[in-house]
Amino acid sequence: MGAQLRQLRRRIKSVKSTAKITRAQELIASSRIVKAQQRMQAAVPYEREITHAVSAVLSNTTNVDHPLTVAKEQPATAGVLIVTSDRGFAGGYNANILREAEALKGHLTGRGLAVRPYVVGRKGLTWHRFRSREMFGEWDGFSDNPSYANAKEIADALITAFKAEDGIDEIHVVYTGFVSMLTQNVIVKRILPLEVEEAETPPEGIPPYYEFEPTAGDVLDSLLPRYIESRIYNALLQSAASEHAARRRAMKSATDNANELIRVFTQQMNQARQAEITQEISEIVGGANALADAAAGKE
Amino acid sequence: MAKLRVGVVSPEREIWTGEADMVIAKTVDGEIGIMPNHAPVLGVLVEGGVLRVKRGNEGDLVAAVHGGFISVADNDVSILAEAAELGSEVDVARAKDALQRAQASIEADQEDADARLQAKRAAARLRAAGEEV
Repeated sequence: MGAQLRQLRRRIKSVKSTAKITRAQELIASSRIVKAQQRMQAAVPYEREITHAVSAVLSNTTNVDHPLTVAKEQPATAGVLIVTSDRGFAGGYNANILREAEALKGHLTGRGLAVRPYVVGRKGLTWHRFRSREMFGEWDGFSDNPSYANAKEIADALITAFKAEDGIDEIHVVYTGFVSMLTQNVIVKRILPLEVEEAETPPEGIPPYYEFEPTAGDVLDSLLPRYIESRIYNALLQSAASEHAARRRAMKSATDNANELIRVFTQQMNQARQAEITQEISEIVGGANALADAAAGKE
Repeated sequence: MAKLRVGVVSPEREIWTGEADMVIAKTVDGEIGIMPNHAPVLGVLVEGGVLRVKRGNEGDLVAAVHGGFISVADNDVSILAEAAELGSEVDVARAKDALQRAQASIEADQEDADARLQAKRAAARLRAAGEEV
């Protein structure tokens, strides 16, 4: 009996310390979501303006055949940028991303394209290394707090590969879109060849006729890479916010589970203790009765 | 008289928005001055340029703008900078230090493109802060 009590006490102690850790993780994640959301908000004006500028150039130039907007007739290879997190403890966050990336890979292979993965985040890197798959770009260390310089580095690598002779013909990105605290969806998008995403409200009437300094071609040359950087930066920011939201949710349910376990164990422990006391009492009473009977028999 | 609505934005934050009478920026073709009712323009800005926003009585707003674009349409002026810093926010001592270091590495290696870029940026920050360079 005493052994069972001791065992339960030990388990309660260990579950309690686990609950403390998961609770702390939950609180940290909650505070970081707010920051990540603010960063997303702060990036909105630039995204809006650059999208506006790109559509302005594209609507003013009749024949756009910039290398970044032209789809090759016979695409042979596709690059896939997969945005995962550096740390786990985030429920199904990374599993969802990698599953979608696999689905995209199957789809692209079906179209006859060779797939080259570019991976962000330690979890995605180890996933690929474990399966000994070749990666063409590896980045880690900033998944929960990406800076624009990180996005620029990734965009540079992708654009260089896209422009190279034996490089990639299409670039897709797989990331987690942040809809709200409770909803995050995996998003699969093609970023090159470029399709400009129109701003939410389409401009009324004919867009104004722009003058370009120095020329439309030059403006486009420097504008398009910036636009791609901004798209990738947006993907990184949304992924970061989603990562924190996923971690918060995973840690909240872990804390809830731990508390439930503690409740069940405490009940079992009390039952065991009560049973032990009851047995001791009945043993004492039984012993006393036996003694009393023996004494009565003697007289 | 009509006013310009000016926004200076970098990828990581909105740096300044407000109204102005005139905006002077430096594109790769040379300086460009924008006044109200200017024709739509889209220009590429130089690395390490200084942006000047004239606001009448409130005085000028000066910012160091590194690369990016200026887009003008319908009295809306947007400056999209890869990085930008208001003159009032520049840490002069640090910018001077950065300029000296960059110049030292240019002297050591004439081909050092990175240092040249650093020097340009530091000089722009100092000019934006009102220092002579």
